Amino acid sequence: MAVEGLERIVRDHPFFKGLDESFLELVCGCAQNVRFEAGAYLFREGGPADQLYLIREGRVALEIAAPGSGAVTFQTVSEGEIVGISWLFPPYRWTYDARAMERVRAIGMDATCLRTKCEADHDLGYDVMKRLVPILFQRLQATRLQVLDIYGKPAA
Amino acid sequence: MVQPASHDPMVPQVMRVAQAQLDAPDVFTLKLEPEADLPRFTPGQFNMLTAFGVGESAISVSGDPASGDGIVHTIRAVGAVSRALTELRVGDSLGLRGPFGVGWPMEELYGKDVILLAGGIGLAPLRPAIYRLLAERERFGAVAILYGTRSPADILFRSEVESWRQRLDVDVHVTVDHADESWHGQVGVVTTLLPRIAFDPGRTVALLCGPEIMMRFGVQALGSVGVPDEGMYLSMERSMKCGIGLCGHCQFSPAFVCKDGPVFRYDQIRYLLALKEL
Repeated sequence: MAVEGLERIVRDHPFFKGLDESFLELVCGCAQNVRFEAGAYLFREGGPADQLYLIREGRVALEIAAPGSGAVTFQTVSEGEIVGISWLFPPYRWTYDARAMERVRAIGMDATCLRTKCEADHDLGYDVMKRLVPILFQRLQATRLQVLDIYGKPAA
Repeated sequence: MVQPASHDPMVPQVMRVAQAQLDAPDVFTLKLEPEADLPRFTPGQFNMLTAFGVGESAISVSGDPASGDGIVHTIRAVGAVSRALTELRVGDSLGLRGPFGVGWPMEELYGKDVILLAGGIGLAPLRPAIYRLLAERERFGAVAILYGTRSPADILFRSEVESWRQRLDVDVHVTVDHADESWHGQVGVVTTLLPRIAFDPGRTVALLCGPEIMMRFGVQALGSVGVPDEGMYLSMERSMKCGIGLCGHCQFSPAFVCKDGPVFRYDQIRYLLALKEL
């Protein structure tokens, strides 16, 4: 795909919405189009966290294998959202599985490339961090609700 | 407010179970028929149901207010009374007082975009409002039903939710807190569904019903996308006994949930939701 097309896709994805033009070229240098068929894994728990995925189409199940229960899906992620945060912090290992529930098209960002550029240009790093932190916060809030099991049976 | 059919609101009338249906684990829907007059109700109101020999419990009406064919309640077995009610079968008798309380502000929804945010068994008190919205669909703007529950097995009124989903004039999204690989739908908390719907926040009214924690997260999420506090209504749950604001069991600071609620406008109770003592 032409670089211009990739830039347009990245610019239009909600995660990078409003990204300064000067950063766009830097970010796109780490990006490529990827596709996963239904059932394929974007990554597996324990593997190297080397990608950030911007989902363009399809739905991804984030799963953890629970003893005796098989894979338990704790979140699904769809078009306009991102998959993969573990690439931000050492030891850069995935802490869950990500499985394509249907055909998934995404932009895969090379995490090492992105981290390096963020380190080299802290303005870019700060911008990326400001985009990631609200997502982390939303997921933390969601996890709190799930842990509380609010739909579970109340005390009689 | 529609007045109870009985002249004395403390005297239950005897009802007979005409239909009993398992809707989810420990959740039964009972269709009740009166021996005398059928009580009329508005969406969001509740009745006090008596399991004879066990006790009385406040249960929201979950049926169609326009049907005129019995009165429907959806009950989750969580205590002695509710368990006894869910064990009733066709032909059994129970007591009913009501309807009581202030329901959903249906007339206020005319011309507005409407979001129904339901969690778990909270879909039941919203269902009468959904029937009304669908029956008068042309009178409202965009209508979205966002429903979150614990797991796919806990989805309430499943076939009905699927039929609503097939309509082209209602946006229906369902999510569960966790699922196995056989579930192909959304997993995550109900507030994550908000970005999936189109609405004009300034002319939106949201009706929320579910666990109080879910509703607190719900109003935060709605507020963050511009829905004003006075555009959100919550159905509150407290221990209701008399149903007419006399006994004080359900006192909610200056209000009684049974008489002044259970549906409250958010800006009028916002300060109360933060009080742990309530």
